[in-house]
Amino acid sequence: MSFSDPSPLSAAPGASVRAVHDEFHGDLLEVSMGPHHPSTHGVFRMMVTLDGETVVKLKPVFGYLHRNHEKIGENTSYLGSMPYTDRLDYLCSMTNNWAYALAVEKLAGQAVPERAEYLRVILAELTRLLNHTCLAGFLLQDCGASGTPLMYAFREREKILDLFESLSGSRMMCNYQRFGGCRVDAPAGWLDAARALTDGYGSFLDEYEALLTGNEILMARTQGIGCLSAKLAVSAGVTGPLLRAAGVAYDLRKVDGYGFYPRFDFRVPLGAHGDTYDRYMVRVLEMRESIRILQQALRDIPAGPIMDPKAKLRGFRPKPGEVYSRIEGPKGEIGFHLISEGGPNPYRYRVRPPSLINLTILEDLCLGHSIADAVVILGSIDIVLGEVDR
Amino acid sequence: MSAAATTSESFLERAPLLLRDAVTGFLPEPARWLANSLLSIVAVLAVFGLLFAFLTLAERKILGRVQNRPGPNRTGWFGLLQPFADGIKMLTKEDIVPRAADQLLHFLAPVTLLALSILTFAVIPYGRHLVPVELDSAVLYFFAAGAATELAIFMAGWASHNKYALLAAMRALAQLISYELPLLLSFVPVVLATGTLSTTGIVAAQGGWKWHLIPHWIVFTPWGAAGFAIFMVSALAESNRSPFDLPEAESELIAGHLTEYSGFKYALFFMAEYFGMCALSGMAVTLFLGGWQAPLPVLEFIPSYVWFAGKLLTLLLGFIWIRATLPRLRIDQLTRLAWKFLVPLALVNLGTAAFWSLTSAWSGPLQLLRWAVALVLVAGPFLLLGRGLTAGLGPRTYRYA
Repeated sequence: MSFSDPSPLSAAPGASVRAVHDEFHGDLLEVSMGPHHPSTHGVFRMMVTLDGETVVKLKPVFGYLHRNHEKIGENTSYLGSMPYTDRLDYLCSMTNNWAYALAVEKLAGQAVPERAEYLRVILAELTRLLNHTCLAGFLLQDCGASGTPLMYAFREREKILDLFESLSGSRMMCNYQRFGGCRVDAPAGWLDAARALTDGYGSFLDEYEALLTGNEILMARTQGIGCLSAKLAVSAGVTGPLLRAAGVAYDLRKVDGYGFYPRFDFRVPLGAHGDTYDRYMVRVLEMRESIRILQQALRDIPAGPIMDPKAKLRGFRPKPGEVYSRIEGPKGEIGFHLISEGGPNPYRYRVRPPSLINLTILEDLCLGHSIADAVVILGSIDIVLGEVDR
Repeated sequence: MSAAATTSESFLERAPLLLRDAVTGFLPEPARWLANSLLSIVAVLAVFGLLFAFLTLAERKILGRVQNRPGPNRTGWFGLLQPFADGIKMLTKEDIVPRAADQLLHFLAPVTLLALSILTFAVIPYGRHLVPVELDSAVLYFFAAGAATELAIFMAGWASHNKYALLAAMRALAQLISYELPLLLSFVPVVLATGTLSTTGIVAAQGGWKWHLIPHWIVFTPWGAAGFAIFMVSALAESNRSPFDLPEAESELIAGHLTEYSGFKYALFFMAEYFGMCALSGMAVTLFLGGWQAPLPVLEFIPSYVWFAGKLLTLLLGFIWIRATLPRLRIDQLTRLAWKFLVPLALVNLGTAAFWSLTSAWSGPLQLLRWAVALVLVAGPFLLLGRGLTAGLGPRTYRYA
């Protein structure tokens, strides 16, 4: 038995499997978490190498939900891809629709009427509320709260989905945006219902936060766990709440000012530590800002057409060109890269999925933490496998 | 069951004894003793079996209500037949044993666990005349039997030959051994104060009322309240309940040591977990909440076993409520809570109890001093040690771009 110090495990990013099998540490244990595991959010798989319970190596494996989205997009008409975008991040079909519509509109030089722009902002912010609410619920579920936060989150989510359903006919697969506007106008009373929901949402957030944000167990489980440095976040191309939780002020709604966002008064919350707690809190604060945007948009929305009369839906052939267009989705920058050769289909159709790119830093966040933390960190990254695998 | 009741007691109080005598009275003396023992075993198994069945239903119903949903309500009136439907389902499911598993240990683990957790029911006084086994060292016996359940959980994790189960078994050992200590230390002051290890003796010592109003329950002393709190936290951990349900942490380890169990073996684990919860709650009632004693003299007409059942169910509802509310701890935080917080507190509490016993003769203004010193001894370490646990944690303020 030797008491010589084995090469100490580094918690730093890039630490690899230690080859030393000494008396105290023994063998490393390789666990395949997923693709069917309760908390990998779908069919994601993590090959985790554990020293006791400490993660020393983590290899993300994905592709189980790959369905050729981008290749299909090349063989489908521009409009035909719109319902497919619903299936990317299936929690946020409204923002996917908008990102895609925006790209095609940029390609074709298509204008959008004012009421449609307002509707788009309203739907995007409702989607943000929906996504962040679900994330908070799932994150706490991953922390081991037995369903209560998740059910509270789903109760609120249902209210938003009801709004989506009465507007578009579908709860999740909305297929609502068109090139040059929106598919149908809001039915009578819809805007009032949206106002009522928006006004009541703040009290739900207060209740939720009173229950959980100050909870000592939650703080112990999330503070100082999975710290993402601003440098790594920027160099890895991380976007969205993750990047802002790392302290980088980068919100496309402010940076690009697409849509009518410059008309609204809202703030961008920033974290200081980049840990799981910051990622959770930044999202909660973003929801409060979304409520402010919604209140302004629902107050100011004008009457008028929802579709540009010059827009051409049938036989739509944009002139040859290349375009990349992006919006600030709830999970980060969702972008579409389209190349047109003047035909009815895009020559090249490519999605920039925020979930996939945010997921690339998973190992860096998890190394040195326990397997219980790895699950929570994965939850705080907020992935949807429909978008990761496409 | 214990000695004959005096005829001055109410009919309901004597009812279990009368019932027993009606069944076994015709037998000759030596055989009657055996029959009585068998009868109490049957009674304990039947009562706690049914309690387990309806506790699962109550838990699902209460969790449902907390979570804005109705809970099971399709099987029978208000879902009352749900436990039986679950039982039938569990019995008819295929019993799968992994090929790589240790067949014998895989089978023995649930059996051992259940057997050991049933053993603990033997010494709890359920009512004035309802103690299945009178033991002089009943408390020691109870905790010895309870501690042995850890072995069964490790057996399950090891025999399954599954990585999740193995991780869970390691967690279970760390957790259960850590919490065994505060659990034991928290009841030592009770033994110190009552001078007996017999559960009947401990309950008897808590009889009577001060000014005909405040019962002499141990929980109504400063050290008793602290001991009760430590005991209940440790009991949560010992019975693998949220927020200490790490061995079967669903979001991390699938189902922990239960991953490779299916069908009725799984149900046995489930049953053992609930039995353990019931037994520890029953022991908490016995040690701290006056056992079967009524809280007020005027309420003594209600039979003692009703009081015991009421207190037991209250504690069990507390378990369920906590499960519905709290997220889970991590294993290192869990053991830190045990070794750096609960064990020192329980040790200090022992000193507080000793001080309380030594100063029992103090009266008048000295009585106030006694309370003040005891409260400081309880609250001081709690605040000091608690600060260390949450060091570096706290709400944050956020800036905006």
